[in-house]
Amino acid sequence: MSQFFTLSVIVSVVASGIRLATPYLLASLGETIGQRSGVLNLGVDGTMVLAAFAAYYTALKLDNLWLAVFVAFLVGLLIGVIYALITVSLHAAQGISGIGIFLFGLGFSDLLFQVWVGTPLPIPSKLPPLGIPGLSSIPQLGDALFRHNLMTYGAFLLVPVVIFLLQKTTFGMNVRAVGENPQAADSLGVSVERTRVVAILLGSSAAGLAGAALVLQGGIFQANLTNGLGFIAVAIVYFGAWRPLGAMAGSLLYGVVNAIVLQLKAQGTIPRSASDLAAMAPAVITILALVFLAGRVKAPAALTKPFTRH
Amino acid sequence: MSTMDQPDIAKSDAGSPGSGSTVPVMLEMKGITKRFPGVLANSGVDLDVREGEVHTLLGENGAGKSTLMKILFGLYRPDEGEVLYRGEKLVITSPSEAIDAGIGMVHQHFMLVPTLTVAENVALGLKSSRGVLTDLAAVSKRITEISEAHGLHVDPAVEVWRLSVGERQRVEIIKALYRNAKLLVLDEPTAVLTPQEVDDLFVILRRMTAEGRGLIFISHKLHEVMALSDRITVLRNGRVTGQTVPAETSREQLAEMMVGRAVKLTPDRPPVDAGVPRLVIRDLRVSGDRGTGAVEGVDLDVCGGEIVGIAGVSGNGQRELAEAVAGLRPTQAGSHIMLNDTDIARCDTRTRRDLGLGYVSEERMTDGAIAEFSVRENLILVDHGAEKFTKRGLLNFKAIREQSEALVKRFAVKTPSIDTPAASLSGGNIQKVILARELSAEPTVMVVAQPTRGVDIGSAEYIHSQLIAQRGVGTATLLIPEDLDEVIGLSDRIAVMFEGKVVAVIPSEEAERDKIGLLMAGVFDDESDEPAEVVAEP
Ligand SMILES: Nc1ncnc2c1ncn2[C@@H]1O[C@H](COP(=O)(O)OP(=O)(O)OP(=O)(O)O)[C@@H](O)[C@H]1O
Ligand SMILES: [Mg+2]
Repeated sequence: MSQFFTLSVIVSVVASGIRLATPYLLASLGETIGQRSGVLNLGVDGTMVLAAFAAYYTALKLDNLWLAVFVAFLVGLLIGVIYALITVSLHAAQGISGIGIFLFGLGFSDLLFQVWVGTPLPIPSKLPPLGIPGLSSIPQLGDALFRHNLMTYGAFLLVPVVIFLLQKTTFGMNVRAVGENPQAADSLGVSVERTRVVAILLGSSAAGLAGAALVLQGGIFQANLTNGLGFIAVAIVYFGAWRPLGAMAGSLLYGVVNAIVLQLKAQGTIPRSASDLAAMAPAVITILALVFLAGRVKAPAALTKPFTRH
Repeated sequence: MSTMDQPDIAKSDAGSPGSGSTVPVMLEMKGITKRFPGVLANSGVDLDVREGEVHTLLGENGAGKSTLMKILFGLYRPDEGEVLYRGEKLVITSPSEAIDAGIGMVHQHFMLVPTLTVAENVALGLKSSRGVLTDLAAVSKRITEISEAHGLHVDPAVEVWRLSVGERQRVEIIKALYRNAKLLVLDEPTAVLTPQEVDDLFVILRRMTAEGRGLIFISHKLHEVMALSDRITVLRNGRVTGQTVPAETSREQLAEMMVGRAVKLTPDRPPVDAGVPRLVIRDLRVSGDRGTGAVEGVDLDVCGGEIVGIAGVSGNGQRELAEAVAGLRPTQAGSHIMLNDTDIARCDTRTRRDLGLGYVSEERMTDGAIAEFSVRENLILVDHGAEKFTKRGLLNFKAIREQSEALVKRFAVKTPSIDTPAASLSGGNIQKVILARELSAEPTVMVVAQPTRGVDIGSAEYIHSQLIAQRGVGTATLLIPEDLDEVIGLSDRIAVMFEGKVVAVIPSEEAERDKIGLLMAGVFDDESDEPAEVVAEP
């Protein structure tokens, strides 16, 4: 245990915590927008894993990371179109539709992987860390905070962007209104359907990006790569009380706890084979946090409720 | 206190009797028919509104008033009929088309987003002058102008959930004025307002008609209808059954037109010997929603065979008092609520019910009924565990059906069937379902909040007679009434609440409207600065 509390270990744990937080953050920011509009998407994990495969395959064959990111984004968008069609236009129940998307993404990504790739190969190059000139040379702090890849920087920059979107734009105002009282928004001529569709597309594309971040940081794909990460991202939205800053706090918590568990395994404090521990520790924290938060914050009142007019 | 007593409001001459009026017609609805599964909500309805006139729609619960207005506003599509606006045929398929045509609506159930600010609620759905960004500063400025011009005071920056009911109503009217509505529909705007707020509202409405706007007004309170209307159209079972003007009719006549028979506007209350105290409240202290004291040391007894009414301007602790007795709101330490000699101040609601308590909530849709459940399920919500409805843990559907059918019949609930979800009943009929359920449990003590809010004249008469019948069999009733007329008409004793305290208890024989009004306003006897203690022993 003693070797844990050295400065260099702490710096590396914080650095990898931020890196590991990236997919959580992208996915939970997107899910935050969707849920604020009243749509719960439980398919995040399936979207992520399918997008991750798409990014992986593109990077493997073409060795072009940005094209890989773009392809993952498109996969997310496409699944978003399907999900919007099912839940908004056809008024299907959101819970079960999301689980359907999850199962589809899980199964289809594995199928494509088996058929097209077979044995796991690492991609030629992963997302490279980029030091921010000046800041990255600050001792310790520079290594912890300012030596990350572009997707990580981008994910954290999205936090103020989403806050601005929700609070300062007419679209954001419509999102908040249709998530809280769609009848009222409808009675003023706000299109509940259009607003929700756009929110779902944003959320699903963000889940696609999260899949890309996961696989391009790790460098390799396997069946069920996400291993429930997308579901944790949904939990983070609740944990974060439907606020972008809350989603950021929750994602960092998960990233750092993951990093600590990895570090403890690396130095042999806990056995390497205890693979579920990394998933379990943050889950316990979340459940405790949710119990504590219960009743203190309110979910969007129309969350999961399809909207129809007579 | 009542709008009846206020100085006559100037009426437009649009509605003067005789059809020789030269004032242009704004709106005509012709032959409107609308069917819901099992219900003919509107059948060949004609309605027209002239410029600067208040046209009142009157009718029983479920007569089809809200449906007609929702058709006008594009929320429902009519099966037959057409709408003409200034002589031109208008096809409205969505609210935004109605808004564009200059039609505004204040809905029976507010259409506001509580988590958004007043300005955001007003700005929703409008084009922003800043493109994709909101222009709330400009909207707020315009709101302030409108509120000053019309006497609708409200802070644009505040979130709607913080506003009182009266203020929310003003936001709804501002929303319509902001969109420059020439024709405004107000569906039961007064149901949730205090008498003072109603007076203020009427002044605002008259200012609007003076500008040439046309209003459609819906209310079950006949004195309001008489005071505000230029013309009155009566609906029954989805059909127009008559049209009149206030000068040529009376409250009694209107009631008869609505219900189709003579209605007693003041209930008969035969003498009953008061029994033993069944509900004894001692030093009750309860916190309000914002954490401050709402009920501050109330002592009150209600005996068997007695109705004790609480008079007070809303917000003086009546609601919290009722909720504390019902078990929906925690009491502070040292409070005692004795129900048939058991202190229930700390008991859960199940125990209270088992000890004989019945409760009719003011909040029908949230506390009183489960909207998605059927009428039948709502009727047995409390009793579903009772022996008569279960066999070894399973629900006995035959017994439940029989009981539900009987209650629907006895309370004249207007519903296509007992399997219809409560949400699709009209407001007044939901109230009857709740009352039927609570009374059928044969409580020994009843807490009844706003039993006739939004209920039509005929049903109100019936509900009153049921409360009096309960009194006859020895039930102790604590009543938080709709208005002063109701409290005086029904109560054996009247407790006046002011700022969380009972400031006087007056036997009904000595009750005078003026005296009670003064006490409600916090004006007590001059001799002492303490409230007048007129405690009458039962
Ligand atoms: N969405 C709906 N689905 C099915 N039936 C409905 C629906 N809306 C209204 N109804 C039925 O249509 C009839 C007319 O209802 P409406 O709400 O217009 O009555 P109302 O005159 O406004 O009554 P109240 O005074 O109680 O508000 C009622 O029988 C009601 O149950
Ligand atoms: Mg109505």
